[in-house]
Amino acid sequence: MNADADECTLKIKNLSVALPSGSDRQFAIQNLNVSLRKGYTLCVVGESGSGKSVTATAIMGLLPKELHVASGEILLRGESIVTASAMRLKQLRAKVMSMVFQEPMTALNPVMSCGDQLDELLRKHTSWPKAKRRQSVLAMMEQVRLPNPSRIMRSYPHQLSGGQRQRIVIAMAMILRPDLLICDEPTTALDVTTQKEILRLIAELKEKHNVAVLFITHDMGVVAEIADHILVMRQGESVEYGTRDDVLKTPRHEYTKQLLAAVPSMKPPARRSIDRRQPALRGVAVCKSYETRTWIGAGSTVHALKNADLQVHPCETVGIVGESGSGKSTFARCLVRLIDPSGGRVIWMNNSREVDVSSKSQRQIRAYRDGVQIVFQDPNRSLNPRLKIGDALIEGALNFGLCRAEATRLAEELIRKVRLPVESLSRYPSQFSGGQRQRLAIARALACKPKVLVADEAVSALDVSVQAQIMKLLREIQDDFGLGILFITHDLRVAAQLCDRVIVMHRGEIVEHGYTDEVYANPQHEYTRTLLDAAPTIDQVY
Amino acid sequence: MKSFKRLWRNLAFRIGMVTLAVLVFVALAAPWLGTVDPAVLDYNHINKPAGERVDFTIPGGETVAHTLWMGTDAYGRDIYSRVVYGTRISLLVALFAALISVVAGTFMGVASGFFRRMDPVIMRTMDGLMAFPPILLAIALVAALGAQLWTVIVAISIPEIPRVVRLVRSLVLTLREEPFVEAAIALATPTGTILWRHIVPNAFAPLIVQGTFIAASAVLTEAALSFLGLGLPPDIPTWGNIMAEGRVQFSQYPGNVLFPALFLVPTILAINLLGDGMRDVLDPKFSKKLP
Repeated sequence: MNADADECTLKIKNLSVALPSGSDRQFAIQNLNVSLRKGYTLCVVGESGSGKSVTATAIMGLLPKELHVASGEILLRGESIVTASAMRLKQLRAKVMSMVFQEPMTALNPVMSCGDQLDELLRKHTSWPKAKRRQSVLAMMEQVRLPNPSRIMRSYPHQLSGGQRQRIVIAMAMILRPDLLICDEPTTALDVTTQKEILRLIAELKEKHNVAVLFITHDMGVVAEIADHILVMRQGESVEYGTRDDVLKTPRHEYTKQLLAAVPSMKPPARRSIDRRQPALRGVAVCKSYETRTWIGAGSTVHALKNADLQVHPCETVGIVGESGSGKSTFARCLVRLIDPSGGRVIWMNNSREVDVSSKSQRQIRAYRDGVQIVFQDPNRSLNPRLKIGDALIEGALNFGLCRAEATRLAEELIRKVRLPVESLSRYPSQFSGGQRQRLAIARALACKPKVLVADEAVSALDVSVQAQIMKLLREIQDDFGLGILFITHDLRVAAQLCDRVIVMHRGEIVEHGYTDEVYANPQHEYTRTLLDAAPTIDQVY
Repeated sequence: MKSFKRLWRNLAFRIGMVTLAVLVFVALAAPWLGTVDPAVLDYNHINKPAGERVDFTIPGGETVAHTLWMGTDAYGRDIYSRVVYGTRISLLVALFAALISVVAGTFMGVASGFFRRMDPVIMRTMDGLMAFPPILLAIALVAALGAQLWTVIVAISIPEIPRVVRLVRSLVLTLREEPFVEAAIALATPTGTILWRHIVPNAFAPLIVQGTFIAASAVLTEAALSFLGLGLPPDIPTWGNIMAEGRVQFSQYPGNVLFPALFLVPTILAINLLGDGMRDVLDPKFSKKLP
């Protein structure tokens, strides 16, 4: 045991990081013990607030001013980080350890070309001549599989795609050949297909350069793909620590079991029988195009959505899946008439009558708006911070003719329905957690008794356990109100669990649609296959 | 109430608030602070030095024993009384100039940010207004409407409006893309209600802050206008025209300029500190952690 302690790239002993007084708990991290060797990947998993990112910043010596190490040791190749001087930390940070961040756009300098940003590192930390530096930068770009490195060297971050940017960030992290690579949710902001490639790249670089990788993620699917060891954290405490197969196959701690159970499986449940005679929401050949015109009048048209058809029936959940830029949100917003479609028809059911709302003005369709409601992705922004919950919940009911007393009674009923105490009505949104706010947003949408609820990435910003609760809630209210749900998501696992039918979108077009079980078992379109293949899942572990 | 407690913890806000409270008290209690009628001329006591005790003639021909804390000017008026009464004008100008420009600016800013079609019209008008020299506008207004308090307030407010419009417009442009505004549209909330309930309250914090800065600059502008002879008539004492009249014999009797300045400087400082404090606490861009 002592012999391989020397080989440890990173060793954390009894680390505790104190939070400022007056926080909800005393320590951000408490009694953490970790050791990580070269050539291995340690995945730190946990929900938001579990202290996983604090762990990363503590190792980098980048803890924010308010936090400080209360006790314990962080040893990097046997050298203490906690007591290291600022000067020494600076040297260590570039040459011995480096970090890859979640959002590549903010991690890169927008006014410096990618080549220069890589070159800067070499200039600061080596005494190589210019030609050698350039050669090294090109070689590194080759290694992170960037196409046409000499062109990308001259490109600025905004000219690259999200995946390419993340490759540049990884190249920057690896160019000085560090022993420890810390990745803080490096694929969370990326599409699934890109995520798959980046994960593969990190694994490849780990093999090639024999580095130790500390990989922070909230996604058990990603963990299953790349981890050698797993550390599960909750509320700053280490809950479970072991090899990948031990933790995933035979989790000992209750919390790990809960986390694993909350990960949605890619296997859709059995098909439900649904009455599909009368759709509650219909889109026929919906198009949306944006025209840009330069000052001399030369115009170009961008087709965000091309001839999209869709029907949502009562009691049915229809999923729209696709990557960013596929037009799924545009489609949803056309169907709710938040934006005006440039072609096609959008038909809402109102009092058993079909109403074509695609060509009506906002003022004209106001009377029919009780039929279709929408819930958004970001729980922090979907409620007005200046409005009490009670006032937010009665807004819809008041607009549709209920008196204040009736509307308040309805709001009380709805708040119980979404499993929140009635006292919540007199509070402000800032007093609720993300999951609770999403419940409130759902309650607000239900207040005018819609036939169809459009959920635009409604569970994507939430922790898995909260995500599972919200999905359960959606199913419950669907049964109670006979609600048709249009569920937009980039997460195929969530879609598999929730949707009766799915529509796959790619570059503004519907490429495939059908019953969820059929599409997942037997995808027809090439793109659907890629998408299904790229989704990180824990199914293969079992 | 909760946000006031948070504000009170900020030192800059506290200093500004206390100083302003003192000034408001001075303005309100002016007749009882050992002053005489600021407009009365006593030719027996011309250009007296500060601190002399004299028998001062008050309207009606009687004389009272009166200490000239800040001396008298070339017409034999008590400068202390004039400065104390001048506080009223300065605070009035500050308050109303800020109110008028913030209210007018908010209306136009919201219209311009929310309704695409009005945007070019309002914004180009504002650009034009910004290109117009404020002093020239003041001259024109005073010439047309006469030198009164309201004319001066309006003349000070108008050049401030474009800045408020730009601020509000940029806030509204981001706010109207917020999901809670879209949710309100989906809930069939009428546009007016959306503006009043969802947009304006969320633009409030930066607006209050901008308002305090306008108040500070209004006090200065009023003094400058009076100094140039474009402000209020000389029988109404303001810090600006006391200084303007004292300027002629500044080398012999510097007190006529220095004493009003002694009030002017802390006032501007206090309002600016108040604004800085409020910005640090209320504006999310400047606070590290949201509550």
